[in-house]
Amino acid sequence: MRTEAFVIHLRDPAALPRLALTTLIIVLLWPGLRLTEFDLGVLFDPRNRETMGKFIATFFPLATSAEFLRLLLTSTLETLAIATAGMALALLIGSPLALIVTRSLSISRIGPGRGFAVGRMLRLPARFILMFFRSIPEIVWALLFVRAVGLGPAAGVLAIGVTYGGMLGKVYSEILESGDTRPTEALLEAGGGRLATFFYGMWPVALPELVSYTVYRWECAVRASVIMGFVGAGGLGQQMELSMRMLNGGEVSTILLTFFLLVVLADAISAFLRKVTA
Amino acid sequence: MKPVHWLVVAVLIVVTWVSFAFLSLDLGLLLTADARAQMWKYLVSFFPPDLSAEYLARIGYGTLETIAISAIGTALAAVLGLLLAPPAAGRFGVVARAVARLILNFLRSIPELVWAALMVMAAGLGPFSGTLALALHTAGVIGRLFAETLENTPPEPTQALQLSGSRATLAFLYGTMPNVVPQLVAYSLYRWEINIRMAAILGVVGAGGLGQMLYFSLSLFQQRQALTVIIAMLVLVAIVDGASAWLRRRLVA
Repeated sequence: MRTEAFVIHLRDPAALPRLALTTLIIVLLWPGLRLTEFDLGVLFDPRNRETMGKFIATFFPLATSAEFLRLLLTSTLETLAIATAGMALALLIGSPLALIVTRSLSISRIGPGRGFAVGRMLRLPARFILMFFRSIPEIVWALLFVRAVGLGPAAGVLAIGVTYGGMLGKVYSEILESGDTRPTEALLEAGGGRLATFFYGMWPVALPELVSYTVYRWECAVRASVIMGFVGAGGLGQQMELSMRMLNGGEVSTILLTFFLLVVLADAISAFLRKVTA
Repeated sequence: MKPVHWLVVAVLIVVTWVSFAFLSLDLGLLLTADARAQMWKYLVSFFPPDLSAEYLARIGYGTLETIAISAIGTALAAVLGLLLAPPAAGRFGVVARAVARLILNFLRSIPELVWAALMVMAAGLGPFSGTLALALHTAGVIGRLFAETLENTPPEPTQALQLSGSRATLAFLYGTMPNVVPQLVAYSLYRWEINIRMAAILGVVGAGGLGQMLYFSLSLFQQRQALTVIIAMLVLVAIVDGASAWLRRRLVA
């Protein structure tokens, strides 16, 4: 065996550097194994294995009692409702901020007046709010809102509204600025107001892109609202958390299956909406 | 706007209204004087953030733990993905291909946080569960991409090696791998970047790292500590963003 390894080594001039690089990576990752309390043995600990084995064994058959299915339907609808209501809130938060932040809609930007500096000063806090809203992940917002308004869908709606409001505001303003801004400029220079200019200069051009991004975000919101349920923000996730806690595998696998179907459904709805509005 | 568009808008408005009604949400309740006062009190209780040296040390440890979870998770995922990719690319026949694809799809379609919740049950609270959760989900993502890369690599170098008498394994290692390794490394690093962000929040279901610290401090009503953790998360993500943008510019230029 040794001679063979030696021969390969001779034939492959890159063997030594590769070996060195691999060793380096392993050495760098080694402390990580300690930090993550890496211990595959835990998984095979007899007591753990027994509970887990029992739990996994109950994954099949799926839970199909009429009572549970009714509960499942309610939480699925709740998840969809959270995503939709959250998106409505996000639109309310994001759209006005996007209009404020969009530079090409600024009237003061054109003239040499004193408004220039003031306009810039006003855009800055709006930009900051958008950044703040979207840089905290939705599940952290959900955790905070669950503490503030209690367990249930309200926390999920607020969390999606805030996080996605921040994203919508930023992306909307980017879409508005990246399009052809000459009509906007012409309207503004001819004395058009901010809103009128937006509706006549930008809206017709940017609408398809705005709609398609919003629909895509709704799709993400459906997935996010399932996940947020794990911290108590209602919907399918909360139901899954409950079933896991009760070690009811059949319910967990049914909910997982529902989750897949829901993602597929959201995908189809979003594709349909984009086709209709395009 | 065409009539179809008006119809879509009308339907959307109705659906939104139904959603609020179904959840029996009255956001107006959040704006009453009482609720506002309570919210304000809650908000104020987060300030100032706890910046004592002792707590900052714990935050530092939590940050290291988060980075370790993401690094080990991604490394495991790369290994697992690399093992599943050749069968998924059809190197071992149709049956193996179908089975490997099924496993990869299964791993990939369960979100990290759901994996984390499951792993917390299997391996207990702590960073190890987070590592496993990231490894499983990411293995599905990376494995699929590796498989596609393998399928799209030109077969000629490997064929040339095999025709000149090399064994299949060696022909694979020296004919195929050099073509795919750069992409594998680049994609694994990219997933690592995503996973650092994910590892920071996985802890909210008990899977270690900064997220778990946030969860604990919020549960114990220590809002000032919670704010420190949130700031640490934001700083970590900002640093990762900055570093990756910088590296990308350097590597591409």
